[in-house]
Amino acid sequence: MEIELRINGSARRLDVSPQVSLLDALREYLGLTGTKKGCDQGACGACTVLADGRRINACLALAAQYEGREITTIEGVDHPLQQAFVRTDGFQCGYCTSGQICSAIGMLAEHKDGLPSAATEHLAVTGGELDDDEIRERMSGNLCRCGAYNGIVSAIKEVAK
Amino acid sequence: MKSFAYVSAPDLDTALRTIADHDDVKLLAGGTNLVDLMREGIEQPATVVDITRLPLAGIEELPDGGIRIGALASNSRLAADPVIRTRYPVLARAILLGASAQLRNMATVGGNLLQRTRCMYFYDDVAACNKRVPGSGCAAIGGFSRGSAVLGASEHCIATHPSDMAVALVMLDAVIEVESLRGTRRIPIAEFHRLPGDTPHLETVLAADELITAVELPSVPVAANSHYRKVRDRASYAFALVSVAAALAVDDGTVTEVRLALGGVGTKPWRASEAERALLGGPATEEAFGRAADAELAAAVGGPQNTFKIELARRTVVATLRHLLAERDTA
Repeated sequence: MEIELRINGSARRLDVSPQVSLLDALREYLGLTGTKKGCDQGACGACTVLADGRRINACLALAAQYEGREITTIEGVDHPLQQAFVRTDGFQCGYCTSGQICSAIGMLAEHKDGLPSAATEHLAVTGGELDDDEIRERMSGNLCRCGAYNGIVSAIKEVAK
Repeated sequence: MKSFAYVSAPDLDTALRTIADHDDVKLLAGGTNLVDLMREGIEQPATVVDITRLPLAGIEELPDGGIRIGALASNSRLAADPVIRTRYPVLARAILLGASAQLRNMATVGGNLLQRTRCMYFYDDVAACNKRVPGSGCAAIGGFSRGSAVLGASEHCIATHPSDMAVALVMLDAVIEVESLRGTRRIPIAEFHRLPGDTPHLETVLAADELITAVELPSVPVAANSHYRKVRDRASYAFALVSVAAALAVDDGTVTEVRLALGGVGTKPWRASEAERALLGGPATEEAFGRAADAELAAAVGGPQNTFKIELARRTVVATLRHLLAERDTA
């Protein structure tokens, strides 16, 4: 089937079968290999992209379902988090990094909008501080097998200030 | 993934006609469970109806003090709702303790209710599983069953229901509204999920031609003092070993109102009615909380690997009620 996706501000037409995931559409059909395939079952977060500014797992999204939505991948990102990850050693092998950065961008927007997390003690209160516990809980959908978590938390904290 | 015909439904009528006219059809909303099951070959629908464009994502207050949640409201949006956070904190916290932020952004309320078990034998297509292939047996019984249910199980299936959200909804007596070409039905959530019995492949009372349109919460004033506590193998992003949804009102040391439900231990989201009966009108003490948990768990049956869940559930019930008692004292 012929679909039109909006990726990083541009309309892209492609011919896919309905079972093609958004992740495979990005990587295999559009050559946007910055988004990574880790587990392909929604458990690792390596495929995190933004859909209308909200972070999602592209591996569990069918491409056809996201027609008309604004998709942002790491190729479309220009954000202070990128330099901050370098400064704080927020990665080692780098495989999870594009997912981590897209996820962190979505997370900062969620926090700005007043969304609580499981680490938020009083759910009725909005706009609490983004401390280490909040960042770790809110980023728990992104695994890093090199264990660069301390650097990732530092990078996010630096940018959140 | 097996190929299928994809239909994007522009309106509710098209969606209902499509599911009424086709056998072997699945509704697609957030996709977080269905797409995974299709990729694993566990679900192989011939037709998939994408319902994400239907206008069913609203959350609105009702004149009677309740709240109506559209079936397509995302889990994130529901947990962030100011009314849910103040009047039904148990629901907001249950959702926030489930999955990851990415998954909660995609997953819908209707889909959460219909998610399938994460029992590893259900996912393993060479293993015996009565839920996946009726009559094939249950490899979890006598197999790796650390996560399996201790309440509501049968000799045919011991798989737990995985949802956190549904445990809070059971505690709140939510009503599920479903629509088909035949009309509208309102189903109390306690009657929505089935016990496995000898038909574990039938998980809910939803008919093949029905679509969930909304979930309604009644006005539950005691829920303003409610909590959800979840115990799991890691601190975040894991299914429950045991979870407890609770609401408590105490007057002069006596329990005047209490609601309790358990997750991670039952084959369906488990309302702890025996424990509620044991607590109501009695003293609000840790001893009484423990006795009430025992009353509920008297029916629990553990196997070689999951008997620990019975004591863990008891302790989690006590800890959750203790927390609510303390919150009330400091309020």
